[in-house]
Amino acid sequence: MIPRHLWIGVAIMLAAALAMGFYVWRMHGRAQVESAVTDTRPVAPPPSGPTEQATLFVAYDDPGVLLPQSAQIALPQGRQQRGEELLRALLDVYLDKSSPHPIPSGSEVLDVFFVDPGLVVIDLNGAFANGHRSGILEEELTVASIIQTLTYNVPGITRVKFLVDGHERDTLAGHVDLSGTYDISQVSQMVKALQSTQ
Amino acid sequence: MRLAARAVAIFLACTLLAATPPESRKITVYSAAANYSLPVSTLGGQDYVGLLEILDPLGAVSATSNRSRWILRFNNAPAEFNSGSRSARVRGEAVELSAPFQLQGGRGLVPLASLSALLSRILGGPVNLHQASRRLFIGNAAVHFTAAVGRAGRSEVVFNFTSPVNPMIATEPGKLRMVFNHEPVLSPASPRLSFESKEIPSATYEEENGTAEITVNGNFPLMASFSNDGRTITVGPAPQAPQASGRPAAGTSPAPAPATSPAPAAAVPQPSTAVQPAAALAPEAYFAVVDASHGGNDPGEALSSTLAEKDVTLAFAGRLRLELESRGLRTLLLREGNANLSLDQRANLTNVTHPAIYLCLHASSLGEGVRLYTAVLPAGGDDNGPFLDWKTAQSSFLSLSQTTASTLAEGLKQQHIPVRVLMAPLRPLNNVIAPAVAVEISPMEGGTNSLTSTDYQASIASSLAAGILSLRDKLGAGR
Repeated sequence: MIPRHLWIGVAIMLAAALAMGFYVWRMHGRAQVESAVTDTRPVAPPPSGPTEQATLFVAYDDPGVLLPQSAQIALPQGRQQRGEELLRALLDVYLDKSSPHPIPSGSEVLDVFFVDPGLVVIDLNGAFANGHRSGILEEELTVASIIQTLTYNVPGITRVKFLVDGHERDTLAGHVDLSGTYDISQVSQMVKALQSTQ
Repeated sequence: MRLAARAVAIFLACTLLAATPPESRKITVYSAAANYSLPVSTLGGQDYVGLLEILDPLGAVSATSNRSRWILRFNNAPAEFNSGSRSARVRGEAVELSAPFQLQGGRGLVPLASLSALLSRILGGPVNLHQASRRLFIGNAAVHFTAAVGRAGRSEVVFNFTSPVNPMIATEPGKLRMVFNHEPVLSPASPRLSFESKEIPSATYEEENGTAEITVNGNFPLMASFSNDGRTITVGPAPQAPQASGRPAAGTSPAPAPATSPAPAAAVPQPSTAVQPAAALAPEAYFAVVDASHGGNDPGEALSSTLAEKDVTLAFAGRLRLELESRGLRTLLLREGNANLSLDQRANLTNVTHPAIYLCLHASSLGEGVRLYTAVLPAGGDDNGPFLDWKTAQSSFLSLSQTTASTLAEGLKQQHIPVRVLMAPLRPLNNVIAPAVAVEISPMEGGTNSLTSTDYQASIASSLAAGILSLRDKLGAGR
């Protein structure tokens, strides 16, 4: 026989748990609404105006080559903005459903900094690097594609450095080195070899 | 006059003796991460060794000195020493050294006899020192062996090892010596082994100066052959020399002598001859370094749901070493188990070995056949006198690396294996001071399962080894 005061205690605790659950659920919903309303940060407008013809160097996993591809892109005048737009256009190709060289969804170019003389720092987001497929050729095609697209369309670049979420990283996905600074003369030879299947 | 001649003779004899370099005293360290040898110094009649050098291949280590105080950090664990003092502190606990700590030019030297106690505290695991022979075993590093008369007859003895071994082998009349410089071979229950064989009655095990040595005693010239991926060594009668020449010629393979008849050459004093041509090089000289990429916590690419790149590279590395050694090219495998090795450690171990060729092995599910890569050097190249920039140390060998890759590609094409020659920003290629090529194997017909195919791996390994043999002189000249 369970004493009556125990029954009452259990009933009160159950009621309190239900009430707290309901309260948390309401608070969670309200927080979501508030965050949507209060996120008033300015969003960069998509580049507008006349488009220019640019050359993207697109990686094809099959048969593992890097090929030039013409594209009409609205490019701003500043070198930094041009660099960012070029790379965003390139990543859009890779994020497309019919991508010849898929990259993880959510991949973004965060910033492209031009540091004279001739040094460019490309900051990519964590989703890009953390979800990238592992393998020498897979990673090399990505890196070569980014560097070649940038240097082909923006003159005066001699060295390229990669960051991920603003930090240095050893490799892209276990193989290709991101710790050093790329010398464009060396990258040109790498790209030349990647443009042929022989 | 006679006295003067005698004095000159004594002087010349003394000069010659002094000119002969004594064998350097060393300690050999065996661990899951790496096996390596370091010099031993003698101070005040005690053996000393550099603690930083011992720990460097085993993890992140740094040291700072302040006057007589020397502080070492291994994987963030501190150890503190004072020059001239026997007392030290490791991880906050006092350790008594067998002789005073020595600080020489910022280099911390600890007595050899205290290594076992010190390292077990610093590393936090078992450490076993064979002090007399200066062999240090860290963790579970050990290779055991058994020896028995072979089934084929009483004229051969079969040594079975628990892991692949690659001893330096030399013969002299009635003896075959196997010297283990880099394998943690351990003594059997008794250092003298007896066999029920009149032809090979005994073998002895000895340890000295950081090496282990098995000497097989026979009643005729002996030779060794390897099998079972380097785990088995069979010692039997050496091929008999052609009667016309009277003694065996190095590098030739005459018909084997009848097992029961002692070879006539055994009665003639012979110079020591190496069974493997590469063993004629200096004891530590490896022609090739083969690096199975990834390992330990780094699985590399997930080639399938059950197959990791690190396993394919390890199996392929073993096969490639066999192919190279069967062609007389002494080969060092950087990783023989599932060990963690950083890229810097791989480059360091390769550079201290001074090989004629460095091959790092990768595997991929993308594409087909084989891809050969040479280094893409990063911006830098800030060499300072004799000191090379670590990032571009490969620069003076890049041309030879590219020639090597092209030659290897030709060989693979002849075997009808699809091949591409590329460049890649792939460490540690750019840190290696030797011709360096990365080999990435991709599937053939049959998908990723073909990556584990013995035939497929063997055909690639055989082609690569043949290509390297064809470049032997060119690569050897670059050392």
